[in-house]
Amino acid sequence: MSQIAFPEPDPRILARRDEIVAGLARLVAPESLITSEDERRAFETDALTAYRRMPLAVVLPRSTEEVSAVLAYLHGQGVKVVARGAGTSLAGGAIPQEDAVVVGVSKLNRILEVNYGDRVARVQAGVTNLGITDAIMADGFFYAPDPSSQLACTIAGNIGMNSGGAHCLKHGVTTNHILGVRMVLIDGTVVDIGGDHLDANGYDLLGVIVGSEGQLGVVTEASVRILRAAEGARPVLFGFDSSEEAGACVADVIGNGIVPVAMEFMDKPAIEITEAFAHAGYPLDVAAMLIIEVEGSPAEMETQLARIVEIARKHGVRTVRESQSALEAALIWKGRKSAFGATGRVADYICMDGTVPTSKLSYVLQRTDEIVKSYGLRVANVFHAGDGNMHPLIMYNVNDPAEQAKAEEAGNDILKLCVEVGGCLTGEHGVGIEKRDLMRFQFTPVDLDQQMRVRAVFDPGWLLNPAKVFPLDQRDAA
Amino acid sequence: MTRQIIHKPQSESDVAEIVRESLGAKTPLAIEGGGTRAGLGRPSQAPATLSTALLTGVTLYEPAEMVISARAGTPVSQIERALGENGQMLPFEPMDHRAVYASAGDPTIGAVAACNISGPRRIQSGAARDHLIGLRFVNGRGEAVKSGGRVMKNVTGLDLVKLVCGSHGTLGVITEVTFKLLPRPRQTATLVIAGLDDERAVACMSAALGSPFEVSGAAHLPQTASQGARTVLRVEHFPDSVAYRMEALEKLLSPFGAPSRLDHEPSLSLWRDLRDVGPLAFPAQRALWRMSVAPTRAPRLMAALRQTLRGDCFYDWGGGLVWFATEAAGDCGAQAIRRAIGATGGHATLVRAPDEMRAALDVFEPLSPALMKLTRGVKTSFDPQGLFNPGRMYAGV
Ligand SMILES: Cc1cc2nc3c(=O)[nH]c(=O)nc-3n(C[C@H](O)[C@H](O)[C@H](O)COP(=O)(O)OP(=O)(O)OC[C@H]3O[C@@H](n4cnc5c(N)ncnc54)[C@H](O)[C@@H]3O)c2cc1C
Repeated sequence: MSQIAFPEPDPRILARRDEIVAGLARLVAPESLITSEDERRAFETDALTAYRRMPLAVVLPRSTEEVSAVLAYLHGQGVKVVARGAGTSLAGGAIPQEDAVVVGVSKLNRILEVNYGDRVARVQAGVTNLGITDAIMADGFFYAPDPSSQLACTIAGNIGMNSGGAHCLKHGVTTNHILGVRMVLIDGTVVDIGGDHLDANGYDLLGVIVGSEGQLGVVTEASVRILRAAEGARPVLFGFDSSEEAGACVADVIGNGIVPVAMEFMDKPAIEITEAFAHAGYPLDVAAMLIIEVEGSPAEMETQLARIVEIARKHGVRTVRESQSALEAALIWKGRKSAFGATGRVADYICMDGTVPTSKLSYVLQRTDEIVKSYGLRVANVFHAGDGNMHPLIMYNVNDPAEQAKAEEAGNDILKLCVEVGGCLTGEHGVGIEKRDLMRFQFTPVDLDQQMRVRAVFDPGWLLNPAKVFPLDQRDAA
Repeated sequence: MTRQIIHKPQSESDVAEIVRESLGAKTPLAIEGGGTRAGLGRPSQAPATLSTALLTGVTLYEPAEMVISARAGTPVSQIERALGENGQMLPFEPMDHRAVYASAGDPTIGAVAACNISGPRRIQSGAARDHLIGLRFVNGRGEAVKSGGRVMKNVTGLDLVKLVCGSHGTLGVITEVTFKLLPRPRQTATLVIAGLDDERAVACMSAALGSPFEVSGAAHLPQTASQGARTVLRVEHFPDSVAYRMEALEKLLSPFGAPSRLDHEPSLSLWRDLRDVGPLAFPAQRALWRMSVAPTRAPRLMAALRQTLRGDCFYDWGGGLVWFATEAAGDCGAQAIRRAIGATGGHATLVRAPDEMRAALDVFEPLSPALMKLTRGVKTSFDPQGLFNPGRMYAGV
C-alpha cells in the first residue's frame, strides 16, 4: 500500500480530456503532443518509482512561445500543469496527476550562447547539466553544480530543485550559479528575471524561483555562471575503521580552515555495492571511506593533501590512496556518481536527503543504522559529508507493500532525527510528494502559510504542480 | 519628517507586539538598524521607527561548522571580531557605507542581510544572499516567521531567505540571521597593472577571472587628473599558493603590461578602500550611482554616459559593478543612465543623492509591468497593510 496520498483527480477535467487534447493539438506540432497510453506511460513517474500517476496528456514544446500558448490555454481551461525536465527527481517532484498535463522541456535543449569574457552561458532549460560542461570543457571551463544524475538531468530540473552535487562544498549549489531565467507564468505571461549581470534588481525573485519545484512557472531559458577549471584536481581515498572516525575527520578538516572541493562519505555497504559495480579501486577492508578532492597546481595539491593527511592521521586513518592518473581519478568519481545506480541493481531503495550540522554526522549515522535495523531493513550511506548532506539509501522490495511501508517509516524517522539535531528535511533533492507531509516537523503553520502566500502570487489558482511540497491539509489557511 | 516614536524592542516577541499594535493603529514603521545606511533607497515616509538597537548578540557560533547566527541589531564589527579570533570571515566582504554617507553609528548584521550588501569578493565567493542560510523575521501581520536554518544545504520549501534578503526592510523586520562562513585567507597580495584604458582593463580582468588562479578581487580605477589608470587583481590563499599564483598571473597577463605588486598589508587597505567606495566618497555632495552589468559591456556603458554626463567612475567585480559619481543636479543623470542601461542590460541604483531627489526619482531600476505586478504581490503577501518602510524601494509599494 502506498502511503503518500494524491489529491482526488477532478472528474470534470477527466471527462473533458478529448476536448483538452484537441485544444492542445491546435497549439503544437503533432510530434510535441503525446496522448497514447503507451507513450504517456514513460511520464507517469520519476525516480521515486514507487508512485505513478498517468497524466492527461504530455506536451513537449519547442519554444518559449509554445510554452506560453500552452499554459495560457490550460489556464483558461482550469487544467493543472506539471513541469518536467528529465524526470530524475528522487522526491516525486515530477510525478504527474491524472487530471494534469505534463509540460516537458526536453525539446528545448540548445545552448544559445557562451560568453567567456563575462563567464556566463545562456541555455535552453532542457539542456542537460553535463551538456553545459561538455560544451565548454575544451576551453577549460565548467558549470559547477554537479548532481550525480548530471548525464540525464536538465537545468530546468536543477532550477526546480536547487540541486547540488559532490563539488558544491566549494562552489555552492544551483541557486549560487543562476544569473537569470526566462519563465512562463501560468497565464502565459513571459517574464525575464535577472540576466547576465550579478544580483537582482528589486526583490530577489530568482532566489525564490530556484527551488520552487515547478510551482511558480515553467522555466524555458537560463543564464548560468561558468567557471574556469582548476589547473588540476585529484581525488584521494581515505579509509577508516569506523564511521565515527571518518565523520570526525570531516569536521576537523573544515575546522582547520581547509575547504576541499569535495568531501564525500561512503560506509561499508556503499563501498561494497559500488565497488562490485564500478571497480573503482575502493578499499574493501575499511568500515568507512572519504573521497576528498584537492585541486590546483601539482605543488598546491601536494601541500593541501599533506595538510589533510596530517589531520586524518589524528583520526586513525588506515589507508590513504591517491589516484595515480587521470584515468584512475575519473574512475573514482565514476564509482561515486554511480553509487545510487549500483544500489538499484542490488535492491529497490529510497534515498533520504536530510542535512545535519557536520558535528552531528557520527551521531546521526549511528542512529540511522539503529532506526533502519529496527524495521528489519538494510541501509547504505553515501553522501556529501563536507556540508552534512546525508543520503541513507534504505533498501527494500518494492513488490512487498509491507516492506515499502516500513522503508518509508524508517525514512521519516531519519528525517525527523535530522530536524531534531538542527538540520533539515532535504538538502538538495527537494520536497516533492515524498517529504510533503513532514514539512510540519520543520516549519510552523505560520512559516508554511507565508511560503504558500508567496507561491499564490505567481499562480493564484494553484494549477502548477499542486500535489507537491505543502501538506494537503494545510492549504486553506493561506 | 520628524519622528516622535522610536520603538526599541528587546526580543522577537516584542517586535511582533509592536507590529500588531502598529497594524491596529495603522501606523507605518521605518525599520532601522545602525542608521548608517539611512540614505540607501527612497526616503521613508513613516511616522514611527522600529530600531533593532537592543536586539543584539551572537546566538550561535560554531567555528568548526563555519556558521554564525546573530540577532539583527548586532554590530558587524562585533561579528567580525568574533570571527577574526577564529581565523574566519564573512565571505562576501560587506561594504561599510559610512564613508559614502558620512554617517555615524555601527552598521548592523541585520541591515547587511536586509540590503544584500556585498563587496569585491562577491565575484569569487558570492553575495550576502548566497551566504545567508537562515532568517527569522516578523512579517507585516505581526507573525514571527522562520526560513532556512543553520545547515549548509537546505532546499526545504520556498527560499524566503532570498526574498527577504535585499528587500530593504519592506517585507519584514529581520530579527535574527544565520550566515555561512569561510576561513580567512592567510595571505593576500595584489597585482597592479598601470595605464590601461577601460576596454583593455576589462579584457585584462576577464583574462584574470577566467584563469585557474582564483582571483578574488578585480577592479579598475581609470585615469584621473591626479593619478594614472590602475587595474588591480587580488589573490588570497595560503602563502605558498599566493606566491605561486601571483607568478602565474603575472605571466598570463604580460600582454597587458609589466605589473607591480602590493603585499599583504597594503593589499588589505586597498581592498577595504575599494569595498567602501573610498575613491568616490568625496566630494560628498556628488550623486553616486551603482550599476550592475555584464562586465564586457561596462566600458560601453561608461562611454555612453560620458557623452552627456561629467563625473568619475571605477569598476569592481571585473567590470560587472560600475560606481559613478556625478553632479547632484537636475535628475542626477537618471535619464541618461536609464537609457544607457536599457541598451546594455543590467540595473542602476542611485545610492547617494539629497533626500528630495531620491524622493522624486526612481532610486532602483524601474521594473517591467509584469515584474512590478509580482513585486506588489510579494509585498502584499508579507505586509498586506504596507506597514514597513513604505515607498523605500518603489513609490507606493
Ligand atoms: C541516480 C540519481 C542521482 C542523483 N543525484 C543527485 C545529486 O547528486 N544531487 C542532487 O541534487 N540531485 C540528485 N538527483 C535528483 C535529481 O536528478 C535532481 O533533482 C535533478 O535536478 C532533477 O532534474 P530533472 O531534469 O530530472 O527534473 P525533473 O525530475 O523532471 O523535475 C524536478 C522538479 O523540477 C520541476 N521542473 C522541471 N522542469 C521545470 C521547468 N521547466 N520549469 C519549472 N519547474 C520545472 C518539476 O516540476 C519537478 O518539481 C539524483 C537522481 C538520481 C536518479
